[in-house]
Amino acid sequence: MVSITLNGQKMETSAEKSLLEIARENGIDIPTLCYNEKLKLFAGCRMCVVEITGRKNLAASCSTKPLEGMVIQTHSDKVLKSRREILDLLISNHPEGLFTQVKVGNNKFQEYAKEYEVLKGSYDGEKKNYEIDSANEAYIRDPNKCILCGQCVSTCDQIQISHTIDFLGKGFNTKIATAFDLPISTDNCRLCGQCVSVCPTGSLINKQLANIEPSKIKKVRTTCPFCGTGCNFDLNVVDGKVIGVTPLEEATVNGTSLCVKGRYHTDMISSKQRLTTPLIKKDGVFVEVSYDEAFEYIVNKIKEIKDKYGADSITGLSSARCKNEDNFIFQKLFRAGFGTNNVDHCART
Amino acid sequence: MTNSIEEVEGNDVLFIIGSNATEAHPIIGNKMKRAVQKGSKLIVIDPRKTELATMAKYHLRLKSGTDAALINGLMHIIIKENWQDADYIANRCTGYESLKENVANYPPEVVEEITGISKDMLYKTAKLYANTKKAGIFYTLGITEHTTGTDNVMNLANLGMLTGHIGFEHAGINPLRGQNNVQGACDMAALPNYFPGYKACDDKDNIEVFEKYWGVKLSDHKGLRIPEMLDGIVDGDVKAMYVMGEDPVLTDPDANHVRKAMSSLELLVVQNIFLTETAKLAHVILPATLYAEKDGTFTNTERRVQRVRKAVEPPKGVMLDWKMVAEIAKRLGYKGFDYNSEEEIFEEIRKTMPTYAGITYDRIDKDGLQWGCLTIDSPGSKFLHACEFVRGKGLMLPIEYLPPAELVDDEYPVLMNTGRMLYHYNVSTRISETLDAISPVERVEIHPEDAKIYDLNKDSIVRVTSRRGSVTANVKITKRVQPGTIYMTFHFHESPVNELTNSAYDPVTKTAEYKVTAVKLAKEA
Repeated sequence: MVSITLNGQKMETSAEKSLLEIARENGIDIPTLCYNEKLKLFAGCRMCVVEITGRKNLAASCSTKPLEGMVIQTHSDKVLKSRREILDLLISNHPEGLFTQVKVGNNKFQEYAKEYEVLKGSYDGEKKNYEIDSANEAYIRDPNKCILCGQCVSTCDQIQISHTIDFLGKGFNTKIATAFDLPISTDNCRLCGQCVSVCPTGSLINKQLANIEPSKIKKVRTTCPFCGTGCNFDLNVVDGKVIGVTPLEEATVNGTSLCVKGRYHTDMISSKQRLTTPLIKKDGVFVEVSYDEAFEYIVNKIKEIKDKYGADSITGLSSARCKNEDNFIFQKLFRAGFGTNNVDHCART
Repeated sequence: MTNSIEEVEGNDVLFIIGSNATEAHPIIGNKMKRAVQKGSKLIVIDPRKTELATMAKYHLRLKSGTDAALINGLMHIIIKENWQDADYIANRCTGYESLKENVANYPPEVVEEITGISKDMLYKTAKLYANTKKAGIFYTLGITEHTTGTDNVMNLANLGMLTGHIGFEHAGINPLRGQNNVQGACDMAALPNYFPGYKACDDKDNIEVFEKYWGVKLSDHKGLRIPEMLDGIVDGDVKAMYVMGEDPVLTDPDANHVRKAMSSLELLVVQNIFLTETAKLAHVILPATLYAEKDGTFTNTERRVQRVRKAVEPPKGVMLDWKMVAEIAKRLGYKGFDYNSEEEIFEEIRKTMPTYAGITYDRIDKDGLQWGCLTIDSPGSKFLHACEFVRGKGLMLPIEYLPPAELVDDEYPVLMNTGRMLYHYNVSTRISETLDAISPVERVEIHPEDAKIYDLNKDSIVRVTSRRGSVTANVKITKRVQPGTIYMTFHFHESPVNELTNSAYDPVTKTAEYKVTAVKLAKEA
C-alpha cells in the first residue's frame, strides 16, 4: 500500500493498480480511447494523461503505478489542454461530419470531442484517403475514421484469437489492415463483430445498426436461440421491430463476445417467410383458416384416432429449440392429456 | 457438462474429441483458444483438421467411427504404465477389474491398426491426459452420432474415472450440447422414457407421484423414440403426430424414408415459424412464435437456466405456442391447463423437479442459475459429482469396439462426415438474409488429391450419391479433410445431405450415424 493525493484527496491505495484504475474506483472519470480492461495494455492514445507534481511530462494514467507520496491531478488545466490537443490532432485528420454521424454502441470519440469542446480540427494538411471496405454482409470498415487505438487488433488477437487484422505501414500511413490488405470476407474473418463493438469511432459499423439514432432503441436482454452455449445479449428494438443485437457487458457466459450467428441473425424475426395464419390442407392445397377451425379439426381428429386406435397411436415431437415452458406443457399434453408417453425431440440428432 | 463454461480457461489439458467447438460453439471455442494462449495443451481427436486441431499439442486424425478402440487403447496404456488414480477408483468407482480385463485386448499395435493412430502418439496422449490433474474431456456429436454413440460416451466416462478426472473444478466430462435448449428439453422430459427431472416413466412409484400431481391416470409403459415412431407409422400403429418446432424431414437421417412415412399419417399437425419441409406434408399448420416474441427460459449446456424475454409482438394474430397447446388440451376436456402465464408453467416445473426447485424468474432476472438448485437460497451447482457420483459409485463398464454400420467399398469408396459450420445453425438461419448472404451455398469439403481424381476445381459442382439418395453441391478444396473423405453440412435444403445419411441407429438412444456414410462422387458441372 502507498499513500497518494488524488485531486486533493489523500488516500491509501494498492501499489499494483494503475492510476487509471484507482481514479475510476474513486468515481473519477478519466477519458480513454485505447484502454480496455479485458485487453493487454496498449497505452497509445494519451487521452488518459494526468499531471503528477514534480514531473515535467504528463503521465499516461493507464500505464503509471502510484508511488509513495505521489500528488496527482486528473483534470488540471495542463491535462485538459493536452487532451484537447490530442482530440484536435485526431479530428484534423478525420473526415467531416463527426458530429452528425449517429452510431449505436461505443461512440466515445465523438462524446469526448463534445465534452472537451473540440468541434473542429485546427490543423490543415493532408488527410487520410483510403477506400471504404463494405464488401462483406456484416460490417463497414472506414479506415479514414480510424484513430489507431488498436482495440480492434487486440480484441481479434486476444479475445477472438483469429489474428485477422493488424497495423500496417508506418507513421502517417499507418492503418489497420488484413493480410495483403484484402477486404474483409469469410476467407480471412469469422465476422464475429467483436472489433465493431470495441471501436470508439465510426470506423467500424454494424451494417444492421448503421444510421440508427441510439435514443430510439429499446434494449431487451435475452438468451441466444442457437447453440447450447447460452450467450446473453441485448435485442435492439426500434418501433416494435428487432433491428439488431448489441453485446451485454455483464453477460455471465459470454461477456461481450458473440459469434456471427448471434450477432446478425435478427433479420429472420421479421422475415416475410413467416407463417401468420393457421392452414388446413383441403384437396391437396393449404387454405387459410381461423384458429377456431384449426383447433376443431385437430381435436375432432384426435378424438377419432384415440377412440379407434388408442392413445399410443398418437405421437409428438417437441423441440430442443423451444423454451422450457413450451416443452413442459407439450409433454404434459401427451402424458396427462392423451395418456401416452409417445413424446420425443431431436436431442438424439 | 459436469463443469462450467467459465472453467474452460483454467484447464491445463483439454481433451477434445469429436467437437469442432470454434464453429459449432464459437464462444466456448474462443475460451479454448484463450486457454492455449495461456499455456494449456489441447489434445484434439478428430478426422478433420479443425481450427482447434491446428492449435493442438497432439492432433489424432483417427479413422471415423473408431473412437471406442482409441479410448480403450489409451486406457490400456494408462493401466500398463500405472498412471491410473488407484485411490479414486477404490473410493468412488466400481467395475475396475472387468474394465481392465477388457482393455487388455487393446494393445497399441492393435489400436494403431484400427484407428490409424501411431503407437507413439497413443502413448504420448495417454501420458499427458492421465498425468495432468486439471484435465477436462469435451465432446460433441462426433462421439454420439454413431451406432456406438452410447458406448462412446460411457467409454469417455471410463477414461475420466480411471484417471480420477471427474468431480473437480477444471476436470470433468463435458458434452457441448448442440441446441440452445436441448438440455432443457431433456430436463422437461420431452423424452419417451422419463417424467420431468429424469424420473423413469415406467416406474410404479414415479407414476404414482405424477398421477397424484396431475390428477389423472397415466400410461404405465415407455413411449416411442423418433425412429420407432417412424417405423410405427409404416407398420400402421401410429396414426397421428404433432410436431412442434422441428423439421425431421430435413434433419433426420434417410430423408426419403422419413418423408414417405410422414405422408401416410391420418393426422399430421405442424406448429412452426416457417413452411418447413415437414410442414408441407401436414394436414394442419399452426403458425408459431419466435424466441424474441415470448417470455420463458432456456437451459444451456452447463445447466444454466436463463431468461428469454419478449422484445416484440408476434405477427398479428399469431398465438403463443404454449397457449395453442393449452387450447387443444382444454378443448379435449383435459384438466390442469389453465395457466395464465409462462411463469405459472415454470412454477409447476419447479414443483415437479427438485433440481429446479430453487430457481425462480425473480432469481434469474439477471444471471441464470445452474441446476441442481434444490432450495431457494442455493447458489446452484457449478460442477457435478463433487464428493460422490449422483448414482453413488461410478460404474466402469467394459466397452468393445464395433465398426460403423456402413463401410466404404468399391462402389461407394468415399467416407462422408456431416456436421455444422460457423455461419449457419441447423436449417433456420438461411431465413436471415444477412447470414444467407454471408454463406449462401453448401460447399463439400474435399481433399486436393480427390479433387484431382474427380477433376474438380473450386467452381465445380459435385454429385454425391449414397445407397439412399443423391444430391449436388459446390465444393471447397481443402486439406482439412483427409484423402478419401468428404465433409458436408446439413444447413442447405438445396443440398439435403440427410437424403444420403444412414438411419442405422445406436441401439440405446436411437441416435443415427450421421458421421459415417459411404458415398461415391461424380463431377456434375
